[in-house]
Amino acid sequence: MPPIIRVDNLSKRYRIGALQRSYFSARESLMNSLVAPFQRRRSEAESSVVWALRDVSFAVQPGEVVGIIGSNGAGKSTLLKILSGITKPTVGRAELYGRVSSLLEVGTGFHPELTGRENVFLNGAILGMRREEVKRHFDSIVAFAEIAPFIDTAVKHYSSGMYVRLAFAVAAHLEPEILIVDEVLSVGDAQFQRKCLGVMDQAAHTGRTVLFVSHNLSAVNHLCRRGIVMVAGRIKFDGTQTEAVANYLTGYNEIVSLRDRTDRAGSGEMRVVAVSINDAQGRALDEAVSGQEIDICLDYESAQGFQSSRVIAGICIKTQLDAPVFLQHNRLTRVEWGALPARGSLICRIPKLPLPPSNYRLTFSLMDGSNYLDTMDNAFELKVAEGDFFGTGEVPPATHGCCLVEAEWRLEAEGNHRQQLGESDDVDQSVTRSLA
Amino acid sequence: MSIPKARRPANQSQLELGGSVRSDDFISSNVPLQLTAVIESERSWLKLGLKEVWNYRELLYFLAWRDIRVRYKQTALGALWAILQPLLGMLVFTLLFTSLSGVTTGNLPYPLFAYSGLVLWVFFANSVTYSANSLVGNANLLTKVYFPRIIIPTAAVAACVLDFFISCSLLVPLSLWYGVKFSASVLLAPIFVMLTILLATGVGLFMAALCVKYRDVRYALPFAVQLLMFVSSVITPPSLIPEKFRWLFMLNPLTGTIENFRTALFGGSLNWTSLMAATVVTLLVCSGALIYFRRVEQSFADIV
Repeated sequence: MPPIIRVDNLSKRYRIGALQRSYFSARESLMNSLVAPFQRRRSEAESSVVWALRDVSFAVQPGEVVGIIGSNGAGKSTLLKILSGITKPTVGRAELYGRVSSLLEVGTGFHPELTGRENVFLNGAILGMRREEVKRHFDSIVAFAEIAPFIDTAVKHYSSGMYVRLAFAVAAHLEPEILIVDEVLSVGDAQFQRKCLGVMDQAAHTGRTVLFVSHNLSAVNHLCRRGIVMVAGRIKFDGTQTEAVANYLTGYNEIVSLRDRTDRAGSGEMRVVAVSINDAQGRALDEAVSGQEIDICLDYESAQGFQSSRVIAGICIKTQLDAPVFLQHNRLTRVEWGALPARGSLICRIPKLPLPPSNYRLTFSLMDGSNYLDTMDNAFELKVAEGDFFGTGEVPPATHGCCLVEAEWRLEAEGNHRQQLGESDDVDQSVTRSLA
Repeated sequence: MSIPKARRPANQSQLELGGSVRSDDFISSNVPLQLTAVIESERSWLKLGLKEVWNYRELLYFLAWRDIRVRYKQTALGALWAILQPLLGMLVFTLLFTSLSGVTTGNLPYPLFAYSGLVLWVFFANSVTYSANSLVGNANLLTKVYFPRIIIPTAAVAACVLDFFISCSLLVPLSLWYGVKFSASVLLAPIFVMLTILLATGVGLFMAALCVKYRDVRYALPFAVQLLMFVSSVITPPSLIPEKFRWLFMLNPLTGTIENFRTALFGGSLNWTSLMAATVVTLLVCSGALIYFRRVEQSFADIV
């Protein structure tokens, strides 16, 4: 099957000067060319250019839903802008084989003075819909946005929620073969976001080809069947969406030494310079296994003259999708350090690691009373391999729950059960309900 | 809420005119997909892409409509301004020229002379000013959506055409008041209106493109437009100009257009020399602006 999108060696160069100051005054450029006719060319040859996109090539099959992930400045939006035709590549070529709609922002072109109805038609035209199309979908758009009573009110009187709902409603009725969507789902409340995801899901299941940029990794995981990871303008990984998400997240750990990391906060009077895990015998581990007894060591250094007996060391383990699994700190266990040496390790012993096999992200923080001394997200990647947590040889996968809990099961006959509860059917039902 | 299945696309495609793709079941069908857009770093500067603009005519209409809606919604007098602008101009210049300097305008009463010139002039001046600012004013559209950029300044001119027709309507009561009959050649007037629209679009396109890169245009333009009025036979007949400089006067395409527009309305013989000069200059300006615009529009999204 021939691809519907083919991208060959796409590169985009920006001048840094042009990035910082987007327009020039005529006097400046006149003066520049008079005073130093060759200056521009020289500086251009030096380090004043930045490649927002470098040698990007890929092909997309019809019907594929591709998630593009990467940190800010990785070139995702530039790629989408080029594919939408908004800006030209410096080098390279892309071919598109179908009607394209791109949604880089919701509500582009909305005018506050116009009514909701007027804006629907205007925005539709801007997004490339024909008037007939907008007319045909008009009732459905208004219903989707849930603003029927206000459709003839000027948009400037709308709440921001209503505004975004209406804007997205128009976009949801686009009927392209190729849909290009930038991070637009981050607006609106949770309920609205679910609705948007539903629309994206529909689009994905009706045979549309979708290119989707998002920071919402679980949305990428859920919607896409393929993921592309971008780093510094290049494609770092191209594969299934789950692999791509994992690849993107492990990227954090390529920087080994914490000393070089700048993404930390706190006063810095005391800093964690390394995180490691040891087994009960004190041997360093590359990865732990479920149920193992481990030590998590925070090696610290403190500034000269720093004295405190109230330091609280905390760690938080999070899943790859950034959901916290557990938090542990020494105030919870009522441990006080006393006088701290200038260098040392604060060690947290976990007797039975309650994590199913997967990779986890460790966040730490050091606090002095209520002041942060040092804190860092994703400081360490905790790799957990399959282990015999329950002592039965059976290990539930991480997809069935993000922590392992020791428990005992027993059976009690009906009579016993009633007596123990000492209550009527009502309670029984309410328990069932709350479980559901 | 459901998105309908991708349906057969209309003849219009978003990026560039191409074939249509069978779409309802285009994944399973064996019909080969057709190329709808090629994105490359360079585009031939000779390719004007006017067909693509035609495909986006509805957007042109909606943008012009938006401009008109918004302009009238925010003003207390609304469409009345379309008449007030040339009318107030007429009153001022009538006072100035007839009572102070005694300018003669042949058989035509001076107020009618001024008003008929001012309707075209106000249209030209407003169109050029609005379209020069249009790209910068719609920066969010430039950076977030693709469509032929030429639509934006053109829509700004189109929005002024309505005002022009409204202000023209006052010509009828005015000529009745002064007892001047329209001549049969009034049927030729649309030609001169078209010429003015073309010229305004050309100058507007050029200024809009320039303004994206050099914001100086915003400040220099109102002044330049003001000056241009005095050499466009809007308020003074060309007979006032010394013979030596008249050719310069004629190079200004507005002179020929306005002069002949007036002649078409109220009778007299057309000035063929100035008409030819105006037409040639207008067409040159227009095509030059079009080529320049198409050449630089690729960088708008990056520098606006």
